[in-house]
Amino acid sequence: MNIKALGGCCTRSTQNFLNIQEAVKKMDLDIEVEQVSDTNEIMMYGVMSTPGLVINGKAVASGRLLSVEDAMALITRHKD
Amino acid sequence: MGNFIITQILGMQWLNQLVYNLLKLLFGETFATGNWGSSLQFFIFDFIKIGILLCFLIFLVSYIQSYFPPERTKKILSKYKGVGANTLGALMGTITPFCSCSSIPLFIGFTRAGLSSGVTFSFLISSPLVDLGAFVLLTSIFGIKIALAYVVVGLVLAVIGGTIIEKTGLGKHVEPFVLDGENIDIDFIKLNQKERLSYAKEQMIFTYKKVFLYILIGVGIGSIIHNAIPQSFIESVLGSNNPFSVLFAVIAGAPMYADIFGAIPVAEALFLKNAGLGTILAFMMAVTTISIPSFIMLKKVVKTKLLMAFGSIVIIGIIIIGYTFNLIEYLFI
Repeated sequence: MNIKALGGCCTRSTQNFLNIQEAVKKMDLDIEVEQVSDTNEIMMYGVMSTPGLVINGKAVASGRLLSVEDAMALITRHKD
Repeated sequence: MGNFIITQILGMQWLNQLVYNLLKLLFGETFATGNWGSSLQFFIFDFIKIGILLCFLIFLVSYIQSYFPPERTKKILSKYKGVGANTLGALMGTITPFCSCSSIPLFIGFTRAGLSSGVTFSFLISSPLVDLGAFVLLTSIFGIKIALAYVVVGLVLAVIGGTIIEKTGLGKHVEPFVLDGENIDIDFIKLNQKERLSYAKEQMIFTYKKVFLYILIGVGIGSIIHNAIPQSFIESVLGSNNPFSVLFAVIAGAPMYADIFGAIPVAEALFLKNAGLGTILAFMMAVTTISIPSFIMLKKVVKTKLLMAFGSIVIIGIIIIGYTFNLIEYLFI
């Protein structure tokens, strides 16, 4: 599984990235979460508002800061 | 009944009275009715009032906004053409969640989706200028007539500004990389009620933290104006009889970078001191729409020519609005 946290320009995006990392850790997954801050790359996922979350190349959240619980729920839902 | 809602629920006059009584109890009547006392009263009352209204409003507005993420707005707007599309762009600008941080991806996304420059600029002008939260806050301070006038002229400015940029061909002057990429539409990410509420809550906390300082500074400046600056001075500099008042307000407001919620308390204090209505509206519009940081952001995606045109059109529009409202002020007060 491949997980990317979108957004790098504001503190909110960084918090989002940290929360997703925490979620992965809590779920005992051996995955490196990647933070994407390049606008062009973010837009390749069709996302126009950060923070966002991409799982296996598909945008599953945009424009909202995910809590650790939110991120865990989304990862579980889009695992396969 | 309508009056009760505006003065007591939205205007929170009961809180104003409470703050006054508290000051009287603590420091005595001489202090409470004096200059310092009423400055302090203005500061405490406004700070609490704006805080409460803001949190409540942001929560409500964010909940509504969760139905209109930019990705969806883009899809809706791409179905329309002409002035109708500009109007819709301006209207969508009032409900789409927006922060200066997302203006660049938004601009690129809209342009790549084939939206006209007119629609994109109508959206960009109305977004910081008019929103539901500001409307309710303006109603609480200035009454429904002035609040409605602000929203309507704000939208008209956005539609006309966008139309001019498109029709003159200036809208084509964007950086080449903006056009160099394909439009990607994603399936609208559906949220459940729990996610919407959690989004609204997070948005409320985030916004309050973000604008806290602006409100503090705004209310601070407001209370200084409220008492330290004599009414005759404000009247002569910013009153509707001074032909330069609108220009002063725009020149002072344009470089400032503040949220509408920070601009409102300053406007309120000026209003109480008899500054011209048009002058006050022009000041609020200049503060929110034009700022150095937002220009630096936009510079990344548009050429200097378009940026200058955008700035000039908005400034001229605000000046016209200011003078017009100073002329027809008697209809509102």
